[in-house]
Amino acid sequence: MKKTLLTGGLILALAAGLYFTLKSFNTPWSGVDETVVEKFAREAGRPPRTPLINTDQGDLLLFFFLIAGSAGGFVGGYYFRELFPPKPNQPNV
Amino acid sequence: MNSHCSRKSKKDRNDAKRALSNPFPRERTQGGACALRLSTLFAACVLIIGFPPIVCAMHISEGILPAPWAGLWFLVSLPFLAWGLRDLHIRSERDPFFKPLVGLVGAAVFIISCMPVPVPTAGTCSHPCGTGMAAILIGPSLTVVVTSVALTLQALFLAHGGLTTMGADIVSMGVAGSLAGYGVFQLARRLGVAPVTAAFLAGLLSDWTTYAVTSFELASALHGSGSMLKMFLVIGAAFAPTQIPLGIFEGFLTAGAWRFIQARRPGLLERVGKQPEKSGGIA
Repeated sequence: MKKTLLTGGLILALAAGLYFTLKSFNTPWSGVDETVVEKFAREAGRPPRTPLINTDQGDLLLFFFLIAGSAGGFVGGYYFRELFPPKPNQPNV
Repeated sequence: MNSHCSRKSKKDRNDAKRALSNPFPRERTQGGACALRLSTLFAACVLIIGFPPIVCAMHISEGILPAPWAGLWFLVSLPFLAWGLRDLHIRSERDPFFKPLVGLVGAAVFIISCMPVPVPTAGTCSHPCGTGMAAILIGPSLTVVVTSVALTLQALFLAHGGLTTMGADIVSMGVAGSLAGYGVFQLARRLGVAPVTAAFLAGLLSDWTTYAVTSFELASALHGSGSMLKMFLVIGAAFAPTQIPLGIFEGFLTAGAWRFIQARRPGLLERVGKQPEKSGGIA
């Protein structure tokens, strides 16, 4: 019960912290590709072209990012287990 | 799913619950515990901020570099790529343990280099590179290989970087970042700096070097009739508010990774040719 309350409290504190932080920063959180690389490229007359495979459409990019994160996490976890096997007396799930 | 769970015996459920809530109960060292806490914190950060739909990166996008410059950077990257592939072949044959390490480091570089990190001091996002950490673990040549694979996948599927600008991105992130990280780490160790501090410096300077080289690549191709040096400094200054704090973050990330391996498996560091503080066999 104590652990549940602690976890719930932490989640709420994190959410509240994030809410007030984002509210206090009036910024679009653009990447430096946009604010620096593309800005100077546009000024020099070399705006970026659409990527060959343009996944930056709607939620498509979010989907591919999640797939990439999951695949990277799986590969990393697979090799992590090989390099850092569980200790002999550790319960194996 | 529910019926499957209900078939589990009570003992199995209790064992699984125990294992999940307390994976390393008594055996871990203090350093190991600290490293585990750090890695858990890092994993939480990845889950919280790792997957927004906006791509935020230093990668030079498709079409920004004129064809001769894009071709030139491809040519510059090729010998390093060949060196890395040759090294991979030789070292994998010598030590079969090496391939899983390259696989793990490659996955880490891929994830880290497409993870936009918000920088509140600048109000922007950018990503760490992971090449400093990779270079001190698997060497600069192999870092070029894993970076190239990561950049190719990002350019193909994540609208991140570009195929025509791949050579420039490999040179800035893979070649310059890894050589700077590796060089700084080796130099710091020779000067008697503690390994964790040396790893911090490697992460920090590999990040800053990557962005300095990106500034150079952009300035050299886009300065037109103006001064290249001036444009290089202006672009570098534009990167600075985001990259100075992010470089420090990358330094801590690299030091945390080093500390984690040192605590959990110091033999691994000996095996890749680095001497940890306390020697020990492969655990």
